[in-house]
Amino acid sequence: MDLPTAHALVRFGLGRRVSDPLPSDPHAWLQLQLVGPDKAAITPPASSALGLEVARVERMMRRQEATAVGAATPENPMMPTVMTPNGTAAGGENPGRALYQAQAAAELAHAVTTQQPYRERLVWFWTNHFTVSLKRAEITPLAAAFVEEAIRPHVTGRFEDMVLAVMRHPAMLLYLDNAGSVGPQSLAGLRSHRGLNENLARECMELHTVTPLAGYSQADVTAFAKLLTGWSVEREKPPLGFRYRPQAHEPGMQVVMGQRFAADEDGGVAALRFLANHPATHRVLATKLVAYFVADTPPPDAVRRIEGVLRDTRGNLGAAASELIHLDAAWQPGTKVRTPTDLVVAAVRALDIPPDTVPMVGILGGLGQPPWTAPAPNGWPDRAADWASPEAMIRRIDWANGYAGRIGDRDVLDLATATLGPLLRPATVDAMRHAGSRRDAFALFLSSPEFQRR
Amino acid sequence: MMLPRRRALLGLTAMMVGGASSLAWAHAPTDRRFVVIILRGALDGMAAVVPYGDRNLLGLRGEIVPPQPNQPGGVLDLGGFFGLHPALAAVHQMVQAQQAAIVHAVAAHYRVRSHFEAQDCLESGADQRLTSGWLNRVVAALQADPSQHRPLGPDGEAVAIGVNVPLLLRGPSQVANWAPHGFGHPNDSLYAAVADLNRDDPVLGPAIRDGMAARGFSASVMTDDPQDKARFSFAALAKAAGEMLAVPNGPRIAGLEIGGWDTHTAQVNRLNGPLKQLDAGLVALKTALGAVWSKTVVLVMTEFGRTARVNGTKGTDHGTATVAFVLGGSVRGGAVLGGWPGLTENKLFENRDLAPMTDLRAVAKGILGPHLGLSAAAMSQVFPGSDGVSGMGGLIQT
Repeated sequence: MDLPTAHALVRFGLGRRVSDPLPSDPHAWLQLQLVGPDKAAITPPASSALGLEVARVERMMRRQEATAVGAATPENPMMPTVMTPNGTAAGGENPGRALYQAQAAAELAHAVTTQQPYRERLVWFWTNHFTVSLKRAEITPLAAAFVEEAIRPHVTGRFEDMVLAVMRHPAMLLYLDNAGSVGPQSLAGLRSHRGLNENLARECMELHTVTPLAGYSQADVTAFAKLLTGWSVEREKPPLGFRYRPQAHEPGMQVVMGQRFAADEDGGVAALRFLANHPATHRVLATKLVAYFVADTPPPDAVRRIEGVLRDTRGNLGAAASELIHLDAAWQPGTKVRTPTDLVVAAVRALDIPPDTVPMVGILGGLGQPPWTAPAPNGWPDRAADWASPEAMIRRIDWANGYAGRIGDRDVLDLATATLGPLLRPATVDAMRHAGSRRDAFALFLSSPEFQRR
Repeated sequence: MMLPRRRALLGLTAMMVGGASSLAWAHAPTDRRFVVIILRGALDGMAAVVPYGDRNLLGLRGEIVPPQPNQPGGVLDLGGFFGLHPALAAVHQMVQAQQAAIVHAVAAHYRVRSHFEAQDCLESGADQRLTSGWLNRVVAALQADPSQHRPLGPDGEAVAIGVNVPLLLRGPSQVANWAPHGFGHPNDSLYAAVADLNRDDPVLGPAIRDGMAARGFSASVMTDDPQDKARFSFAALAKAAGEMLAVPNGPRIAGLEIGGWDTHTAQVNRLNGPLKQLDAGLVALKTALGAVWSKTVVLVMTEFGRTARVNGTKGTDHGTATVAFVLGGSVRGGAVLGGWPGLTENKLFENRDLAPMTDLRAVAKGILGPHLGLSAAAMSQVFPGSDGVSGMGGLIQT
């Protein structure tokens, strides 16, 4: 394995899986992954209709528990059966939680087995850019659906289409409170005395699109929040999912960052397209992509190139992903520290064992990054200093020591060489040779700087 | 296993920093303990410390205001104008025991309504994000002062509790950290071999070294029962912080954080849990500190307040001024301090938020000076560009 191939496998891919054929041309291998459909198929399937139905039944069960103590025969709700990857029916006390566990495990298993690991990394990147988090309990049965419906279909498409899919998705509308935002002068607002919630509008401007770089004001945030009133979620009656409620929409034209937008659903769509294609948005996305694929401190010339591609293609994310491969700076090994998710997926790929034999969701809990639980809407951090805290590093070593027990009687040096090729350092080889056991040698490999970095 | 650990990662983390000390410091200023608690997500100051005596309060937010004192579920009275949220019963007792002071209508030095920008500035103690946090620079100032010099312990200068070290505590002063753990441990020789492999890595090397030091220290002073599901709660982490601070040659300065304050919807219900946890955490900290509580000051702060008016979903949006709590055996407590701007429309900041009357840095300086003995020059390093802000008087017993 040559150095560019070894590097492509960890920087753009998710780590070598030894049973996969080695790419003969790393650039072509990466490029090909951006063409054609994404081949992911998650079991159980992830859809917001299913997630919302599970949540609805769960609410019904809770209401019955609370009210009908010893009263009439409790109605037995028809629960959608949730199958886990090993074929057993999940459910019981907390079906939403069971659905989350099964879907999170399935997403991680897909990351282990996918033949399109660069594409999967892009799914990770954009999912984190548009963070929804289980920190809000309502998100639990919807997070995987968010990935599958709002993110995955658009990672090689247009940014404005991704933004629209995200902002209409029940997970985002609930996570950032837009589902209940009501125009104060709308019919619903005048009748119920309910009103505006500006959370989603603010975070969309601050985190998802233009950011404070663009110099907007509180009045812009309020106007944008009014444009998004009525963008809501039907949670009770089928069809469950996104629902635009015109009676909750604030009447009147709105001005956001100097642009006028009409007072209806199309006005909100137009505002989102405006924000998605704003030059400040291109700058922000380019900076974030380069920080993720090149180095914690993104080189300005690399940022300018990606920014230029986004501007010239009006936000074509596939074109940006293609340009990233061709940045010389992106081929400098080891500048990024792996996140816990990156580390665990790479370790399961390295050992090439069935992903359902490793409880990855629980492990990521212990390592500080359980799926879709970022503490705040700005997502998980992307800098080495944010992950390499003393306690976090000790936990990685502790976990590696336990996981290394899975090595069995396999040859650790062969496995390490097949996984990292020329990235493997002589010092690590030497330490592995002197280790007291295969297990210790494998734990050392997993804890070496070349495996902790990408 | 998942849930408690997840909770720990969603903001109920704690961290701690400080230095070892010799046996000769009994009367030295560094005998004092200082704890900072960050309420991450923006606490609604007018929900925690309700200005029930302001006649404009009900008009702005009647549907989220708790009942008057001495009614069921009513606020706990603080002298006829302000009342504490009923979940803060222990804080109320501390105020009555004159061990807690409240500064209302307080705001940090910036005027932004972004959590992330605001937290960066709050923790940096500056107008923009710096590479070090102000509490880390407090440690540096203590170490630089020859009158406060003490030899470093074997575990390094600082230890942080929690999986991540927040910006508040990052910087040139060494920080190790600790958190309840769930994985088994390898033997010491494997740790040593891993540390050796990573020795030359500029990021991973120091982190692993500090992590091993913190494990060694924490293992010697406290017990961590991996079966205890509650060990990730804020109270458990606050207790751990208290146990470490109580050690005579242990750390002197600690920070903790707790989330759950970003109450855009259904605020009345959503605030109960975090406020109860904060209250229980302060009790756990005080109990674990024991006699050392008398030498302790705790500062509770948040990045900004919330809108004066209730929003359309029975919550509040990002605002400006809020409250800060100063608690501990060294505090001259018993009152609500800082001026009250009033809630008439023309007094609201940008016709929207509680107007700021006190700079949060004045509160911090009012502790750092009299309590930790920091000079004015040292405080200029801690809070760059704050020379025009003098410390608030009367917070600390002298």
